Amino acid sequence: MGSAYKSEEKSTAAGIMSLRWWMLAIGFAWLLNYFLPDVMSPYYFQILILAGINVILSVSLNLVNGFTGQFSMGHAGFMSVGGYLSAYLTTQFVESRPELFTDSVTGELLATGIVIYLAALIMGGLAATIVGYIVGLPSLRLRGDYLAIVTLGFGEIIRVVFLNTDAVGGARGLSGIKQFTSFGWVYTLVIVTIFCVWRVVHSAHGRILLSIREDEVAATAMGVNTTQGKVRAFAMGAFFAGVAGGLFAHYLTTLSPGTFDFNRSFEVIIMVVLGGMGSISGSVVAAILLTVLKEALRPLQQITGVDLRMVIYSLVLIIMMLARPKGIFGTNEIGDLIRRKKGAKGGAT
Amino acid sequence: MFFNRTLATLLASAVIASPVFASTIKIGEVGSMSGSEATFGVSTHEGISLAIKEQNAKGGIKGKKIELISLDNQGKPEEAAIATTKLVTQDKVTAVLGEVASSRSLAMAPIAQQNKVPMISPSSTNPKVTEVGDYIFRVCFIDPFQGKVMAKFASDELKAKKVAILRDVKSDYSVGLSNFFTEAFKKSGGEIVVDQSYSSGEVDFNSQLTSIRAKKPDAIFVPGYYTEVGLIAKQARKLGIKVPLLGGDGWDSEKLYEIGGKSLNNSYFSNHYSQEDQSASVQNFIKSYKTAYKKTPDGLAAMGYDAAQVLFAAMDKTKSMSAGEIRDALAKTKDFQAVTGRITIDEKRNASKPAVVLEVKDGKFLYKSTVNP
Repeated sequence: MGSAYKSEEKSTAAGIMSLRWWMLAIGFAWLLNYFLPDVMSPYYFQILILAGINVILSVSLNLVNGFTGQFSMGHAGFMSVGGYLSAYLTTQFVESRPELFTDSVTGELLATGIVIYLAALIMGGLAATIVGYIVGLPSLRLRGDYLAIVTLGFGEIIRVVFLNTDAVGGARGLSGIKQFTSFGWVYTLVIVTIFCVWRVVHSAHGRILLSIREDEVAATAMGVNTTQGKVRAFAMGAFFAGVAGGLFAHYLTTLSPGTFDFNRSFEVIIMVVLGGMGSISGSVVAAILLTVLKEALRPLQQITGVDLRMVIYSLVLIIMMLARPKGIFGTNEIGDLIRRKKGAKGGAT
Repeated sequence: MFFNRTLATLLASAVIASPVFASTIKIGEVGSMSGSEATFGVSTHEGISLAIKEQNAKGGIKGKKIELISLDNQGKPEEAAIATTKLVTQDKVTAVLGEVASSRSLAMAPIAQQNKVPMISPSSTNPKVTEVGDYIFRVCFIDPFQGKVMAKFASDELKAKKVAILRDVKSDYSVGLSNFFTEAFKKSGGEIVVDQSYSSGEVDFNSQLTSIRAKKPDAIFVPGYYTEVGLIAKQARKLGIKVPLLGGDGWDSEKLYEIGGKSLNNSYFSNHYSQEDQSASVQNFIKSYKTAYKKTPDGLAAMGYDAAQVLFAAMDKTKSMSAGEIRDALAKTKDFQAVTGRITIDEKRNASKPAVVLEVKDGKFLYKSTVNP
């Protein structure tokens, strides 16, 4: 733990310094938003967008599972809360006040529409946070596997609730959602998510989370309010899952309860574990890798006629876990690895 | 890097695979060939493949062979969307066939519509699917039609005058069927004597059934799913209600008999097709399906087969096989003899076609009659 502590000290300073780099990255995302569709096939473009949504999910789950060391299996549940609420809000608005969304003459999206969309995303995120707080508070007081069981149950309960709610279409799902989500918005929120999680982890609050992960008893002895720390991390993870759900709903334009079953939670957990528990860059890389891998294996299905995709997908996971049991990055970030390489070459320190 | 490499390979293969004079017609299919609803996707895929095999044996369409590109979506809407984008933009298919589940068809339809590629859903019954746009069609009837079918059956065949309704208020499907049944049955001079309701998941229906018994109906319309219907049948017979129960395709499951047993005798429900239908088109289909796959086809296989057949017939009528022409030809489909009946595409791009009424007898579904729209 000592070495990790040192490297974080350095990167905290770097994190504060580079706020303008984050802004620049958002600008770059919007540049790509306008430039990429001209040069890239819609198919690859779509994969990139879904990969971005997966990055938000895995980075936010990493805050809970990786940095705080609590095993949550309810990410799909939080995603569905955010997705359904935000989609419900925008569809209601589009129905009652269509003039706020599209210009009746040119048919273009209006700024008010985008503001409502962003507000709906945030509302979805906040709703997920509240639900996360309610679910987290009792179960996070305990130590051990309780959170895993409670969140797994929660994910199923929320799915059944949506299945039986007529206002959001019940089993038939919610359709006719307006497609607001674009490459630019997805990657803006990817950058915001990474930024927020990064800053939290490298703050004093992040130290609390790490101390809980490493030794809860010792942390309590040092005067850390472990329950509060865990609940905060959990609620923040839920917020970004809710936002990702909103992005997802407004990209696919249709939602059904079956989309958010526990398999989706497991997919995100796999991304976190594969990337490395406690590595933000690991989660980013793993989310993109796994999303792209599934599509990259499609030609194989077309050639052989048998769907071997999931077999190979699973094999890749097994091999990865055998070769790198701590995930691709372990608890390191990309920056750490580059620095270490440089250090080794220079032979300094 | 991984991504770049695949991108390069795919781009290269796309260039090689698309010569200027294409000798085959590419048709895309998206289905749930793995995942929890794999049986749906596999049945549909087999039906479509059989239709293509037969068409190719006849010399294809306008001398061109048909090539099927079928992609799996693992039962997930987002995968269905990606697969459709791939078919439409990478593989440049002429038309897309799929999906069974409405949730996935709804994810696919906007993409097909945006790119102006005709899409035919074999068996999505949600009315919203074809409302997406003028390139989206279906070859199955939608839920309201089944209500009308059973109303017609009740008044014409059962000579019923007074009918009771027991609807599942939690399901759009059941409520829709009940409303359309009521409307059609009243129009033909019948009377709805009592309208009771339950929520799916309930197990005790005695109070509803007692009040239904008091009104002495000639039949009871129970358009729910097989789990509750089985229980309702059992409890109704125990209360001494002997009149026939009527329902929709939600009854179509082997589980129905497991739950309801002999209580279900003398009950009828509407469905898409019956294997016992003696017409040549049905029997020929069953025969060739059995030779190809060594098993009897279910309803979804028949619908997949029909979706492909309707598409081929439309393609055959066009001059240049452009997307717009195929769309127009599909919209003009009239009295097309398919396995699941004569299909006419109406102005809302839904199929208007007959439904079959099946009688439940000792765990078997016997063909009773065909009701035309």
